[in-house]
Amino acid sequence: MNALALLGRYFAASMRSQMQYPASAIMLTLGQLGSTAIEIVSIWALFDRFGAVKGWAFGEVMFFYALIGISFSFADFLTRGFDVFGSDFVRTGAFDRLLLRPRSAALQLVGHDFRISRFGRFFQASIILAIATGMLGFVWTPQAVLLALWTIAGGIAFFSALFVLQAVMAFWTVESLEAVNALTYGGVYAGQFPLSLYARWFRTFLIFIVPLACVAYFPVLAILGRSDPLGAPDWFLPLAPAAGFLFLALAFLAWRFGVSKYTSTGS
Amino acid sequence: MPQILVQDLAKTYRVAERDPGMFGAVRGLVRRRWRTVEALKDVSFSLERGELLGFIGPNGAGKSTTIKILSGILRPDGGRVEIEGLVPYADRIKHVARIGVVFGQRTQLWWDLPVIDGFDLLRDIYRVDPQRYRTTRDELVAMLRLEKLLDQPVRQLSLGQRMRAEIAAALLHEPSILFLDEPTIGLDAPSKLAVREFVKKLNQERGVTVLLTTHDMHDIEALAQRVIVIGHGRVLADSPFEALRANVLAERRLFVDFAGAAPVLDLPGVEVRNRDGRALELAFNPQITSAPALIAAITARHAVEDIHVEQPAIEEVIARFYDLHGANEA
Repeated sequence: MNALALLGRYFAASMRSQMQYPASAIMLTLGQLGSTAIEIVSIWALFDRFGAVKGWAFGEVMFFYALIGISFSFADFLTRGFDVFGSDFVRTGAFDRLLLRPRSAALQLVGHDFRISRFGRFFQASIILAIATGMLGFVWTPQAVLLALWTIAGGIAFFSALFVLQAVMAFWTVESLEAVNALTYGGVYAGQFPLSLYARWFRTFLIFIVPLACVAYFPVLAILGRSDPLGAPDWFLPLAPAAGFLFLALAFLAWRFGVSKYTSTGS
Repeated sequence: MPQILVQDLAKTYRVAERDPGMFGAVRGLVRRRWRTVEALKDVSFSLERGELLGFIGPNGAGKSTTIKILSGILRPDGGRVEIEGLVPYADRIKHVARIGVVFGQRTQLWWDLPVIDGFDLLRDIYRVDPQRYRTTRDELVAMLRLEKLLDQPVRQLSLGQRMRAEIAAALLHEPSILFLDEPTIGLDAPSKLAVREFVKKLNQERGVTVLLTTHDMHDIEALAQRVIVIGHGRVLADSPFEALRANVLAERRLFVDFAGAAPVLDLPGVEVRNRDGRALELAFNPQITSAPALIAAITARHAVEDIHVEQPAIEEVIARFYDLHGANEA
Protein backbone atom coordinates (compact mmCIF):
# COMPACT_ATOMS: atom_id res chain seq x y z
CA MET A 1 0.00 0.00 0.00
CA ASN A 2 1.47 3.34 -0.98
CA ALA A 3 1.98 6.23 1.41
CA LEU A 4 -1.04 8.22 0.27
CA ALA A 5 -3.43 5.29 0.59
CA LEU A 6 -2.00 4.59 4.04
CA LEU A 7 -2.64 8.19 5.05
CA GLY A 8 -6.23 7.63 3.95
CA ARG A 9 -6.45 4.67 6.34
CA TYR A 10 -4.92 6.69 9.15
CA PHE A 11 -7.40 9.47 8.44
CA ALA A 12 -10.36 7.09 8.62
CA ALA A 13 -9.05 5.58 11.85
CA SER A 14 -8.58 9.01 13.41
CA MET A 15 -12.14 10.04 12.47
CA ARG A 16 -13.50 6.84 13.94
CA SER A 17 -11.70 7.31 17.23
CA GLN A 18 -12.88 10.92 17.55
CA MET A 19 -16.41 9.81 16.76
CA GLN A 20 -16.26 7.75 19.94
CA TYR A 21 -16.95 11.08 21.59
CA PRO A 22 -19.05 12.99 19.03
CA ALA A 23 -20.28 15.64 21.46
CA SER A 24 -16.72 16.45 22.47
CA ALA A 25 -15.62 16.80 18.83
CA ILE A 26 -18.49 19.20 18.08
CA MET A 27 -17.90 21.28 21.19
CA LEU A 28 -14.18 21.59 20.47
CA THR A 29 -14.93 22.69 16.90
CA LEU A 30 -17.38 25.33 18.09
CA GLY A 31 -14.87 26.40 20.72
CA GLN A 32 -12.21 27.00 18.07
CA LEU A 33 -14.71 28.94 15.99
CA GLY A 34 -15.68 31.08 18.98
CA SER A 35 -12.20 31.79 20.31
CA THR A 36 -10.88 32.81 16.90
CA ALA A 37 -13.95 34.98 16.28
CA ILE A 38 -12.81 37.16 19.16
CA GLU A 39 -9.55 37.94 17.34
CA ILE A 40 -11.36 39.55 14.43
CA VAL A 41 -13.41 41.64 16.84
CA SER A 42 -10.19 43.09 18.26
CA ILE A 43 -8.93 43.98 14.80
CA TRP A 44 -12.30 45.53 13.99
CA ALA A 45 -12.13 47.64 17.16
CA LEU A 46 -8.77 48.99 16.01
CA PHE A 47 -10.00 49.96 12.56
CA ASP A 48 -13.31 51.28 13.85
CA ARG A 49 -11.35 53.82 15.87
CA PHE A 50 -8.74 54.84 13.31
CA GLY A 51 -10.58 54.21 10.01
CA ALA A 52 -7.78 53.05 7.75
CA VAL A 53 -4.26 52.28 8.99
CA LYS A 54 -1.43 53.41 6.69
CA GLY A 55 -3.69 53.18 3.68
CA TRP A 56 -5.07 49.73 4.49
CA ALA A 57 -8.85 49.35 4.81
CA PHE A 58 -10.45 46.97 7.30
CA GLY A 59 -11.76 44.81 4.45
CA GLU A 60 -8.25 44.31 3.10
CA VAL A 61 -6.85 43.35 6.48
CA MET A 62 -9.70 40.85 6.84
CA PHE A 63 -8.52 39.34 3.58
CA PHE A 64 -5.04 38.74 5.02
CA TYR A 65 -6.56 37.41 8.19
CA ALA A 66 -8.87 34.97 6.41
CA LEU A 67 -6.26 33.44 4.09
CA ILE A 68 -3.78 33.00 6.93
CA GLY A 69 -6.49 31.43 9.07
CA ILE A 70 -7.44 28.96 6.34
CA SER A 71 -3.78 27.99 5.74
CA PHE A 72 -3.09 27.60 9.43
CA SER A 73 -6.18 25.48 10.10
CA PHE A 74 -5.16 22.97 7.42
CA ALA A 75 -1.54 22.86 8.58
CA ASP A 76 -2.68 22.38 12.16
CA PHE A 77 -5.01 19.61 10.96
CA LEU A 78 -2.26 17.79 9.05
CA THR A 79 0.67 18.13 11.46
CA ARG A 80 -0.88 17.45 14.83
CA GLY A 81 1.59 14.57 15.32
CA PHE A 82 4.51 17.01 15.00
CA ASP A 83 2.80 19.48 17.32
CA VAL A 84 2.61 16.94 20.16
CA PHE A 85 5.88 15.23 19.21
CA GLY A 86 7.91 16.42 22.20
CA SER A 87 5.34 15.67 24.85
CA ASP A 88 3.67 12.56 23.42
CA PHE A 89 6.52 10.86 21.56
CA VAL A 90 9.97 11.87 22.78
CA ARG A 91 9.22 12.23 26.45
CA THR A 92 7.18 9.01 26.62
CA GLY A 93 9.47 6.97 24.38
CA ALA A 94 6.61 6.33 21.96
CA PHE A 95 8.87 7.52 19.14
CA ASP A 96 10.68 4.17 19.39
CA ARG A 97 7.43 2.51 18.43
CA LEU A 98 7.28 4.53 15.21
CA LEU A 99 10.86 3.60 14.38
CA LEU A 100 9.98 -0.07 14.87
CA ARG A 101 7.57 0.06 11.95
CA PRO A 102 8.63 -0.24 8.32
CA ARG A 103 7.49 3.25 7.32
CA SER A 104 9.04 6.68 7.53
CA ALA A 105 8.56 8.28 10.92
CA ALA A 106 7.32 11.51 9.34
CA LEU A 107 4.56 9.68 7.48
CA GLN A 108 3.43 8.00 10.69
CA LEU A 109 3.42 11.33 12.52
CA VAL A 110 1.22 12.92 9.88
CA GLY A 111 -1.09 9.93 10.24
CA HIS A 112 -1.01 10.08 14.03
CA ASP A 113 -4.02 12.32 14.43
CA PHE A 114 -6.28 14.55 12.39
CA ARG A 115 -8.18 16.87 14.73
CA ILE A 116 -11.70 17.62 13.51
CA SER A 117 -11.86 20.65 15.79
CA ARG A 118 -9.32 22.47 13.58
CA PHE A 119 -12.18 23.10 11.18
CA GLY A 120 -13.57 25.57 13.68
CA ARG A 121 -10.89 28.01 12.61
CA PHE A 122 -11.42 27.09 8.97
CA PHE A 123 -15.14 27.91 9.14
CA GLN A 124 -14.48 31.15 10.96
CA ALA A 125 -11.84 32.22 8.42
CA SER A 126 -14.11 31.28 5.52
CA ILE A 127 -16.90 33.45 6.92
CA ILE A 128 -14.46 36.36 7.30
CA LEU A 129 -13.35 35.88 3.71
CA ALA A 130 -16.97 36.05 2.53
CA ILE A 131 -17.58 39.24 4.54
CA ALA A 132 -14.33 40.82 3.28
CA THR A 133 -15.33 39.98 -0.30
CA GLY A 134 -18.62 41.82 0.26
CA MET A 135 -17.03 44.82 1.97
CA LEU A 136 -14.47 45.33 -0.79
CA GLY A 137 -16.89 44.50 -3.59
CA PHE A 138 -14.21 42.02 -4.68
CA VAL A 139 -14.88 39.96 -7.80
CA TRP A 140 -13.52 36.38 -7.72
CA THR A 141 -12.18 35.88 -11.22
CA PRO A 142 -10.88 32.35 -12.02
CA GLN A 143 -7.40 33.84 -11.88
CA ALA A 144 -7.98 35.19 -8.36
CA VAL A 145 -9.37 31.85 -7.21
CA LEU A 146 -6.31 30.00 -8.51
CA LEU A 147 -3.99 32.51 -6.92
CA ALA A 148 -5.82 32.18 -3.59
CA LEU A 149 -5.55 28.37 -3.70
CA TRP A 150 -1.83 28.66 -4.49
CA THR A 151 -1.41 31.09 -1.61
CA ILE A 152 -3.23 28.74 0.77
CA ALA A 153 -1.08 25.81 -0.41
CA GLY A 154 2.08 27.81 0.25
CA GLY A 155 0.70 28.84 3.63
CA ILE A 156 -0.07 25.23 4.59
CA ALA A 157 3.51 24.30 3.67
CA PHE A 158 4.83 27.25 5.67
CA PHE A 159 2.93 26.51 8.87
CA SER A 160 3.56 22.77 8.54
CA ALA A 161 7.25 23.61 8.38
CA LEU A 162 6.96 25.50 11.66
CA PHE A 163 5.34 22.50 13.33
CA VAL A 164 8.04 20.22 11.92
CA LEU A 165 10.73 22.57 13.25
CA GLN A 166 9.02 22.56 16.62
CA ALA A 167 9.23 18.75 16.59
CA VAL A 168 12.92 18.91 15.59
CA MET A 169 13.59 21.07 18.65
CA ALA A 170 12.22 18.26 20.79
CA PHE A 171 15.19 16.08 19.84
CA TRP A 172 17.36 18.47 21.84
CA THR A 173 15.02 19.68 24.53
CA VAL A 174 11.45 19.05 25.51
CA GLU A 175 11.49 21.96 27.91
CA SER A 176 11.65 24.97 25.65
CA LEU A 177 8.95 24.18 23.11
CA GLU A 178 7.06 27.30 24.09
CA ALA A 179 9.69 29.21 22.12
CA VAL A 180 8.52 27.66 18.85
CA ASN A 181 4.91 28.04 19.85
CA ALA A 182 5.60 31.76 19.84
CA LEU A 183 6.57 31.36 16.18
CA THR A 184 3.54 29.35 15.11
CA TYR A 185 0.82 31.21 16.94
CA GLY A 186 2.72 34.49 16.77
CA GLY A 187 3.03 33.87 13.05
CA VAL A 188 -0.70 33.56 12.64
CA TYR A 189 -1.12 36.84 14.45
CA ALA A 190 1.67 38.67 12.62
CA GLY A 191 0.40 37.48 9.26
CA GLN A 192 -2.97 39.04 9.87
CA PHE A 193 -1.58 42.51 9.31
CA PRO A 194 -0.02 43.95 6.14
CA LEU A 195 3.76 43.74 6.17
CA SER A 196 4.19 47.46 5.53
CA LEU A 197 2.94 48.16 9.05
CA TYR A 198 6.02 46.54 10.59
CA ALA A 199 9.49 47.87 11.37
CA ARG A 200 12.22 47.20 8.83
CA TRP A 201 14.14 44.51 10.77
CA PHE A 202 10.92 42.60 11.42
CA ARG A 203 9.97 42.81 7.74
CA THR A 204 13.35 41.36 6.79
CA PHE A 205 12.81 38.56 9.32
CA LEU A 206 9.36 37.76 7.90
CA ILE A 207 10.64 37.65 4.31
CA PHE A 208 13.99 35.93 4.53
CA ILE A 209 14.22 34.02 7.81
CA VAL A 210 10.72 32.83 8.54
CA PRO A 211 9.09 33.62 5.19
CA LEU A 212 5.59 34.34 6.43
CA ALA A 213 5.24 37.41 4.21
CA CYS A 214 5.77 35.21 1.15
CA VAL A 215 2.66 33.14 1.89
CA ALA A 216 0.48 36.01 3.09
CA TYR A 217 1.37 39.62 2.33
CA PHE A 218 2.87 39.36 -1.19
CA PRO A 219 0.39 36.98 -2.81
CA VAL A 220 -2.60 38.72 -1.21
CA LEU A 221 -1.42 41.97 -2.81
CA ALA A 222 -1.48 40.13 -6.11
CA ILE A 223 -5.00 38.82 -5.45
CA LEU A 224 -6.23 42.29 -4.51
CA GLY A 225 -4.50 43.74 -7.57
CA ARG A 226 -2.42 46.19 -5.54
CA SER A 227 1.23 47.00 -5.91
CA ASP A 228 3.56 46.68 -2.98
CA PRO A 229 3.95 50.03 -1.24
CA LEU A 230 7.37 48.78 -0.13
CA GLY A 231 8.47 48.32 -3.72
CA ALA A 232 8.60 44.56 -4.33
CA PRO A 233 8.25 44.03 -8.12
CA ASP A 234 4.75 43.05 -9.34
CA TRP A 235 6.00 39.87 -11.06
CA PHE A 236 7.36 38.57 -7.77
CA LEU A 237 4.10 38.82 -5.82
CA PRO A 238 2.28 35.74 -7.23
CA LEU A 239 5.46 33.64 -7.12
CA ALA A 240 6.18 34.29 -3.46
CA PRO A 241 4.22 31.30 -1.98
CA ALA A 242 6.89 28.97 -3.42
CA ALA A 243 8.99 30.09 -0.46
CA GLY A 244 6.59 28.16 1.80
CA PHE A 245 7.53 24.93 0.05
CA LEU A 246 11.22 25.74 0.18
CA PHE A 247 10.85 26.38 3.90
CA LEU A 248 9.10 23.03 4.33
CA ALA A 249 11.88 21.24 2.44
CA LEU A 250 14.46 22.82 4.74
CA ALA A 251 12.38 21.84 7.78
CA PHE A 252 12.40 18.21 6.64
CA LEU A 253 16.17 18.33 6.17
CA ALA A 254 16.41 19.47 9.78
CA TRP A 255 13.98 16.69 10.70
CA ARG A 256 16.19 14.04 9.12
CA PHE A 257 19.16 15.42 10.97
CA GLY A 258 17.16 15.26 14.21
CA VAL A 259 16.11 11.64 13.62
CA SER A 260 19.70 10.59 12.96
CA LYS A 261 20.74 12.39 16.15
CA TYR A 262 18.02 10.49 18.01
CA THR A 263 19.12 7.10 16.68
CA SER A 264 22.70 7.79 17.70
CA THR A 265 21.94 8.99 21.22
CA GLY A 266 18.64 7.29 21.98
CA SER A 267 17.15 10.37 23.52
CA MET B 1 25.81 -18.34 9.62
CA PRO B 2 23.76 -17.62 12.75
CA GLN B 3 20.49 -15.73 12.37
CA ILE B 4 21.60 -13.04 14.81
CA LEU B 5 25.25 -12.14 15.12
CA VAL B 6 26.44 -9.59 17.68
CA GLN B 7 30.12 -8.74 17.93
CA ASP B 8 31.96 -6.45 20.34
CA LEU B 9 29.03 -4.10 20.74
CA ALA B 10 29.88 -0.83 22.50
CA LYS B 11 27.72 2.17 23.27
CA THR B 12 28.45 5.25 25.33
CA TYR B 13 25.84 7.85 26.16
CA ARG B 14 26.44 11.44 27.01
CA VAL B 15 23.89 12.41 29.59
CA ALA B 16 23.15 16.08 30.12
CA GLU B 17 23.20 17.08 33.74
CA ARG B 18 20.64 19.69 34.41
CA ASP B 19 20.36 22.14 37.19
CA PRO B 20 16.95 22.23 38.80
CA GLY B 21 14.45 25.00 38.27
CA MET B 22 13.64 27.46 35.50
CA PHE B 23 17.08 29.06 35.53
CA GLY B 24 18.74 25.67 35.29
CA ALA B 25 16.62 24.75 32.26
CA VAL B 26 17.56 27.96 30.47
CA ARG B 27 21.24 27.61 31.28
CA GLY B 28 21.06 23.98 30.19
CA LEU B 29 20.20 25.17 26.68
CA VAL B 30 23.27 27.33 26.42
CA ARG B 31 25.89 25.33 28.20
CA ARG B 32 25.51 21.79 29.35
CA ARG B 33 27.55 19.67 31.63
CA TRP B 34 27.90 16.15 30.35
CA ARG B 35 28.42 12.89 32.08
CA THR B 36 29.36 9.84 30.04
CA VAL B 37 27.74 6.51 30.71
CA GLU B 38 29.19 3.36 29.20
CA ALA B 39 26.01 1.39 28.62
CA LEU B 40 27.72 -1.36 26.62
CA LYS B 41 31.40 -2.14 26.75
CA ASP B 42 31.80 -5.40 24.96
CA VAL B 43 28.78 -7.54 24.14
CA SER B 44 29.06 -10.51 21.80
CA PHE B 45 26.75 -13.44 21.22
CA SER B 46 24.98 -15.22 18.41
CA LEU B 47 21.63 -16.87 17.99
CA GLU B 48 20.55 -19.65 15.67
CA ARG B 49 17.16 -19.75 14.02
CA GLY B 50 14.50 -21.12 16.37
CA GLU B 51 16.34 -20.45 19.63
CA LEU B 52 14.59 -19.05 22.69
CA LEU B 53 16.95 -16.85 24.62
CA GLY B 54 16.39 -15.27 28.01
CA PHE B 55 18.21 -11.99 28.38
CA ILE B 56 18.54 -10.93 31.99
CA GLY B 57 20.46 -8.49 34.13
CA PRO B 58 19.86 -5.86 36.78
CA ASN B 59 18.43 -2.46 35.87
CA GLY B 60 20.97 -0.36 34.02
CA ALA B 61 22.99 -3.38 32.92
CA GLY B 62 22.57 -2.67 29.21
CA LYS B 63 19.63 -4.94 28.32
CA SER B 64 17.43 -2.33 26.74
CA THR B 65 20.35 -0.67 24.94
CA THR B 66 21.15 -4.03 23.36
CA ILE B 67 17.52 -4.61 22.39
CA LYS B 68 17.30 -1.13 20.88
CA ILE B 69 20.40 -1.74 18.77
CA LEU B 70 19.18 -5.16 17.67
CA SER B 71 15.84 -3.73 16.65
CA GLY B 72 17.43 -0.98 14.56
CA ILE B 73 16.43 2.12 16.49
CA LEU B 74 19.81 2.81 18.02
CA ARG B 75 23.26 3.00 16.44
CA PRO B 76 26.17 1.49 18.40
CA ASP B 77 29.51 3.30 18.74
CA GLY B 78 31.49 0.16 18.12
CA GLY B 79 31.03 -3.45 17.09
CA ARG B 80 28.82 -5.10 14.56
CA VAL B 81 25.33 -6.56 14.37
CA GLU B 82 24.00 -8.64 11.55
CA ILE B 83 20.51 -10.10 11.57
CA GLU B 84 19.50 -12.27 8.63
CA GLY B 85 22.19 -10.56 6.60
CA LEU B 86 21.06 -7.01 7.42
CA VAL B 87 22.63 -4.40 9.67
CA PRO B 88 19.56 -3.27 11.66
CA TYR B 89 20.40 0.41 12.18
CA ALA B 90 21.71 0.86 8.64
CA ASP B 91 18.70 -0.77 7.00
CA ARG B 92 16.00 0.05 9.51
CA ILE B 93 12.89 -0.10 7.33
CA LYS B 94 13.80 -3.43 5.73
CA HIS B 95 14.89 -4.88 9.06
CA VAL B 96 11.87 -3.91 11.16
CA ALA B 97 9.53 -5.49 8.60
CA ARG B 98 11.02 -8.85 9.59
CA ILE B 99 10.90 -8.56 13.36
CA GLY B 100 8.16 -8.27 15.93
CA VAL B 101 8.64 -6.28 19.12
CA VAL B 102 6.49 -6.25 22.26
CA PHE B 103 7.21 -3.75 25.01
CA GLY B 104 5.46 -4.78 28.21
CA GLN B 105 5.04 -1.20 29.34
CA ARG B 106 4.14 0.50 26.07
CA THR B 107 1.25 -0.08 23.77
CA GLN B 108 1.44 -0.29 20.04
CA LEU B 109 -2.31 -0.39 19.59
CA TRP B 110 -4.58 2.62 19.17
CA TRP B 111 -6.18 3.53 22.47
CA ASP B 112 -9.55 4.70 21.19
CA LEU B 113 -9.92 2.16 18.39
CA PRO B 114 -11.40 -1.33 18.58
CA VAL B 115 -8.66 -3.99 18.59
CA ILE B 116 -9.64 -5.22 15.13
CA ASP B 117 -9.24 -1.73 13.62
CA GLY B 118 -5.73 -1.48 15.03
CA PHE B 119 -4.91 -4.86 13.50
CA ASP B 120 -6.22 -3.68 10.12
CA LEU B 121 -4.11 -0.54 10.34
CA LEU B 122 -1.01 -2.64 11.08
CA ARG B 123 -1.81 -4.78 8.04
CA ASP B 124 -1.61 -1.62 5.91
CA ILE B 125 1.47 -0.25 7.66
CA TYR B 126 3.34 -3.54 7.18
CA ARG B 127 1.99 -4.08 3.65
CA VAL B 128 0.68 -7.54 4.52
CA ASP B 129 -1.19 -9.28 1.72
CA PRO B 130 -4.93 -9.14 2.70
CA GLN B 131 -5.52 -12.85 2.08
CA ARG B 132 -2.50 -13.85 4.09
CA TYR B 133 -3.40 -11.33 6.78
CA ARG B 134 -6.83 -12.89 7.32
CA THR B 135 -5.32 -16.33 7.81
CA THR B 136 -2.62 -15.15 10.22
CA ARG B 137 -5.00 -12.94 12.16
CA ASP B 138 -7.59 -15.68 12.59
CA GLU B 139 -4.93 -18.10 13.83
CA LEU B 140 -3.57 -15.60 16.32
CA VAL B 141 -7.05 -14.67 17.50
CA ALA B 142 -7.82 -18.34 18.14
CA MET B 143 -4.51 -19.09 19.85
CA LEU B 144 -4.67 -16.04 22.11
CA ARG B 145 -8.44 -16.27 22.64
CA LEU B 146 -9.16 -12.77 21.44
CA GLU B 147 -12.53 -13.45 19.79
CA LYS B 148 -14.57 -11.50 22.29
CA LEU B 149 -12.14 -8.61 22.54
CA LEU B 150 -11.87 -7.70 18.87
CA ASP B 151 -14.67 -5.15 18.86
CA GLN B 152 -13.70 -3.45 22.10
CA PRO B 153 -11.68 -0.24 22.17
CA VAL B 154 -8.20 -0.93 23.53
CA ARG B 155 -8.69 1.44 26.47
CA GLN B 156 -11.42 -0.87 27.82
CA LEU B 157 -9.21 -3.97 27.97
CA SER B 158 -7.65 -5.27 31.16
CA LEU B 159 -3.86 -5.38 31.25
CA GLY B 160 -3.82 -9.13 30.61
CA GLN B 161 -6.26 -8.85 27.71
CA ARG B 162 -4.27 -5.98 26.28
CA MET B 163 -1.00 -7.89 26.46
CA ARG B 164 -2.54 -10.76 24.51
CA ALA B 165 -3.73 -8.28 21.89
CA GLU B 166 -0.27 -6.63 21.82
CA ILE B 167 1.41 -9.95 21.16
CA ALA B 168 -0.98 -10.72 18.32
CA ALA B 169 -0.35 -7.23 16.91
CA ALA B 170 3.40 -7.85 16.87
CA LEU B 171 2.97 -11.06 14.89
CA LEU B 172 0.47 -10.08 12.17
CA HIS B 173 3.29 -9.63 9.64
CA GLU B 174 4.71 -13.08 10.48
CA PRO B 175 8.13 -11.98 11.71
CA SER B 176 10.83 -14.64 11.99
CA ILE B 177 12.21 -13.00 15.15
CA LEU B 178 10.29 -11.78 18.17
CA PHE B 179 11.71 -9.44 20.82
CA LEU B 180 9.77 -9.52 24.06
CA ASP B 181 10.67 -6.83 26.56
CA GLU B 182 9.17 -7.70 29.96
CA PRO B 183 6.00 -9.18 28.47
CA THR B 184 4.57 -10.36 31.78
CA ILE B 185 5.16 -7.24 33.86
CA GLY B 186 2.13 -6.41 35.96
CA LEU B 187 0.06 -9.34 34.74
CA ASP B 188 -2.05 -11.56 36.99
CA ALA B 189 -1.11 -15.25 37.30
CA PRO B 190 -3.47 -16.70 34.66
CA SER B 191 -2.41 -14.05 32.13
CA LYS B 192 1.26 -14.76 32.78
CA LEU B 193 0.67 -18.45 32.21
CA ALA B 194 -1.25 -17.75 29.00
CA VAL B 195 1.54 -15.55 27.66
CA ARG B 196 4.24 -18.09 28.51
CA GLU B 197 2.29 -20.93 26.99
CA PHE B 198 1.76 -18.98 23.80
CA VAL B 199 5.40 -17.93 23.46
CA LYS B 200 6.51 -21.52 23.95
CA LYS B 201 4.12 -22.74 21.30
CA LEU B 202 5.16 -20.01 18.87
CA ASN B 203 8.79 -20.96 19.32
CA GLN B 204 8.34 -24.72 19.15
CA GLU B 205 5.66 -25.00 16.47
CA ARG B 206 6.47 -22.03 14.24
CA GLY B 207 10.21 -21.91 14.81
CA VAL B 208 10.09 -18.20 15.61
CA THR B 209 13.33 -17.06 17.27
CA VAL B 210 12.52 -15.38 20.58
CA LEU B 211 14.65 -13.01 22.59
CA LEU B 212 13.09 -12.35 25.96
CA THR B 213 14.09 -9.82 28.59
CA THR B 214 12.43 -10.07 31.95
CA HIS B 215 12.81 -9.57 35.66
CA ASP B 216 10.38 -12.39 36.36
CA MET B 217 12.58 -15.45 36.73
CA HIS B 218 9.59 -17.72 36.31
CA ASP B 219 9.45 -16.54 32.70
CA ILE B 220 13.02 -17.74 32.32
CA GLU B 221 12.33 -21.01 34.11
CA ALA B 222 9.27 -21.72 31.97
CA LEU B 223 10.71 -20.65 28.64
CA ALA B 224 14.38 -20.11 28.13
CA GLN B 225 16.67 -22.92 27.04
CA ARG B 226 19.56 -20.53 27.14
CA VAL B 227 20.24 -17.53 29.34
CA ILE B 228 22.51 -14.56 28.81
CA VAL B 229 23.27 -12.52 31.91
CA ILE B 230 24.41 -9.01 31.21
CA GLY B 231 25.94 -6.63 33.72
CA HIS B 232 28.17 -3.56 33.55
CA GLY B 233 27.79 -3.59 29.79
CA ARG B 234 29.31 -7.05 29.37
CA VAL B 235 28.08 -10.60 28.93
CA LEU B 236 28.66 -12.21 32.33
CA ALA B 237 27.28 -15.61 31.45
CA ASP B 238 25.89 -17.34 28.39
CA SER B 239 24.74 -20.86 29.10
CA PRO B 240 21.73 -23.09 29.75
CA PHE B 241 20.14 -22.05 33.01
CA GLU B 242 20.90 -25.36 34.72
CA ALA B 243 24.61 -24.90 34.03
CA LEU B 244 24.41 -21.45 35.58
CA ARG B 245 22.74 -22.91 38.64
CA ALA B 246 25.43 -25.60 38.99
CA ASN B 247 28.17 -22.98 38.83
CA VAL B 248 26.66 -20.47 41.15
CA LEU B 249 24.47 -22.11 43.71
CA ALA B 250 24.60 -25.86 43.43
CA GLU B 251 23.36 -26.44 46.98
CA ARG B 252 20.05 -28.14 47.77
CA ARG B 253 17.83 -27.53 50.76
CA LEU B 254 16.38 -30.24 52.97
CA PHE B 255 13.33 -29.37 55.08
CA VAL B 256 12.70 -31.74 57.97
CA ASP B 257 9.83 -31.76 60.50
CA PHE B 258 10.80 -33.87 63.51
CA ALA B 259 8.36 -35.67 65.80
CA GLY B 260 9.98 -34.03 68.82
CA ALA B 261 12.21 -30.99 69.28
CA ALA B 262 14.69 -30.57 66.43
CA PRO B 263 17.96 -32.28 67.41
CA VAL B 264 21.45 -30.88 67.09
CA LEU B 265 22.88 -32.43 63.94
CA ASP B 266 26.53 -32.82 63.12
CA LEU B 267 26.83 -34.16 59.60
CA PRO B 268 29.80 -33.44 57.34
CA GLY B 269 29.07 -30.97 54.50
CA VAL B 270 25.66 -30.08 55.91
CA GLU B 271 24.83 -26.66 57.23
CA VAL B 272 21.86 -25.73 59.39
CA ARG B 273 20.21 -22.71 57.86
CA ASN B 274 17.15 -22.34 59.98
CA ARG B 275 15.78 -23.80 63.18
CA ASP B 276 12.18 -23.33 64.25
CA GLY B 277 10.80 -25.55 67.04
CA ARG B 278 10.51 -28.96 65.50
CA ALA B 279 11.54 -27.88 61.99
CA LEU B 280 15.02 -27.64 60.50
CA GLU B 281 16.22 -26.24 57.19
CA LEU B 282 19.49 -27.78 56.04
CA ALA B 283 21.71 -26.86 53.12
CA PHE B 284 23.93 -29.47 51.48
CA ASN B 285 26.03 -29.88 48.42
CA PRO B 286 24.63 -32.78 46.33
CA GLN B 287 28.06 -33.46 44.87
CA ILE B 288 29.40 -34.29 48.37
CA THR B 289 26.33 -35.73 50.09
CA SER B 290 23.51 -37.26 48.06
CA ALA B 291 19.98 -36.46 49.17
CA PRO B 292 18.99 -40.16 49.79
CA ALA B 293 22.11 -40.71 51.93
CA LEU B 294 21.41 -37.62 53.98
CA ILE B 295 17.75 -38.52 54.50
CA ALA B 296 18.73 -42.05 55.48
CA ALA B 297 21.26 -40.76 58.01
CA ILE B 298 18.68 -38.49 59.64
CA THR B 299 15.73 -40.91 59.68
CA ALA B 300 17.97 -43.67 61.11
CA ARG B 301 18.59 -41.64 64.26
CA HIS B 302 15.51 -39.45 64.67
CA ALA B 303 11.75 -39.73 64.41
CA VAL B 304 10.70 -37.64 61.42
CA GLU B 305 7.18 -36.51 60.46
CA ASP B 306 7.79 -34.90 57.11
CA ILE B 307 10.72 -34.29 54.80
CA HIS B 308 11.26 -32.65 51.42
CA VAL B 309 14.11 -31.42 49.22
CA GLU B 310 14.15 -28.13 47.33
CA GLN B 311 16.43 -26.36 44.93
CA PRO B 312 17.11 -22.71 45.61
CA ALA B 313 14.56 -20.56 43.77
CA ILE B 314 15.75 -19.14 40.48
CA GLU B 315 15.60 -15.60 41.90
CA GLU B 316 18.08 -16.64 44.53
CA VAL B 317 20.44 -18.16 41.98
CA ILE B 318 20.38 -15.00 39.91
CA ALA B 319 20.74 -12.74 42.94
CA ARG B 320 23.76 -14.77 44.03
CA PHE B 321 25.17 -14.52 40.52
CA TYR B 322 24.78 -10.74 40.50
CA ASP B 323 26.46 -10.59 43.90
CA LEU B 324 29.39 -12.68 42.76
CA HIS B 325 29.93 -10.38 39.80
CA GLY B 326 29.25 -7.16 41.65
CA ALA B 327 26.61 -6.55 39.02
CA ASN B 328 24.18 -4.99 41.44
CA GLU B 329 26.19 -1.84 41.82
CA ALA B 330 25.35 -0.86 38.23
